[in-house]
Amino acid sequence: MTLKTLLLATLLLPGVALANDAQAIRASAPWIRLLPANLPAGGFVTLLNDSDRDVSLRSASSPSYGSVMLHKSSTEGGMGRMEMVDSLSIPAHGKAMLAPGGYHLMMMNAAKPVAVGDKVKVTLQFGDGSTSTVEFVAKPANTIDGD
Amino acid sequence: MKSALARMALLLLLVLGLSACHRQDDMPWRLVQIAGHMPDLDFDLTDDAGKQVSGKDYRGKVVLLYFGYTHCPDVCPLTLAQLHVVMQRLGPLADGVRILFVSVDPARDTPEVMHAYVNAFDTRAVGLTGKPGDIEALSKRYRSAFTREPAKEDGNYEVSHSSAIYVFDQDGKARLLSTPNNPQSDMVHDLHLLLAPGTAP
Repeated sequence: MTLKTLLLATLLLPGVALANDAQAIRASAPWIRLLPANLPAGGFVTLLNDSDRDVSLRSASSPSYGSVMLHKSSTEGGMGRMEMVDSLSIPAHGKAMLAPGGYHLMMMNAAKPVAVGDKVKVTLQFGDGSTSTVEFVAKPANTIDGD
Repeated sequence: MKSALARMALLLLLVLGLSACHRQDDMPWRLVQIAGHMPDLDFDLTDDAGKQVSGKDYRGKVVLLYFGYTHCPDVCPLTLAQLHVVMQRLGPLADGVRILFVSVDPARDTPEVMHAYVNAFDTRAVGLTGKPGDIEALSKRYRSAFTREPAKEDGNYEVSHSSAIYVFDQDGKARLLSTPNNPQSDMVHDLHLLLAPGTAP
């Protein structure tokens, strides 16, 4: 029995709580900092892991944006810069924050103009390939910490 | 008698000496003081209304100078949103302040784009762009730095840039430097000192 089939078997077992990564993760306070002129926007959310195992966020996509990438900003050494990241770990019984000035989703090329107050569907994909779709609220450019 | 005179002379020297070096330091600044270490505000750029402007056009205002670019989805918007909160906390005093957001990406940041961008944050923010050489000159003048990173497959690219905010007084003199480590209240506190000494929160 390969690991894959074992995993599949586990997935198919009825009544197993938090069988896949997506079920283990709760998304809290998802929002997008909306910028004018179809400029790339930042997407932010806190991901809470209710399970006993670490889960990783691998990628994200949205029908409202041509591309969504997982990025990390830093201002180390007095320089503001951004880098692409392959995955973000959400520790068991812990959380990972995508928040201004750190990890964020870079959302580019809106399919049609997004307005303040719109709810944007974003599908998050986790390490085991499972996905969950979360509604991000579009907020004004000068929002601080999603308030 | 002689020693009393000597003591008085010493005291006088001490007071004179102290007042000389504390001419700028008797205020309880919280941000890094750069007075005397950086040149006066000076540049030749285009504002977000398409008008040619120089540093002298902002004399009479306290200027918050920040380098960034509009395709920056996280750090620049966060900094500008924080400056907007600073302006709100200053209340009517904020009319004496201008946020100058200088683009380090003039290839994409036209005055029109800059106008929509800065006004999404604060009406007292001005977007400045211009010839690459003029922007580089301003950046070098304040020992700031920026680097255009290699383009990705879709042609999009990032620009790494200094994250500090330079504060100039109403006479265009460089006074303070704020870094991302400074809490927002430090900026509010020091701007009160510059705008209306004696009213610090």
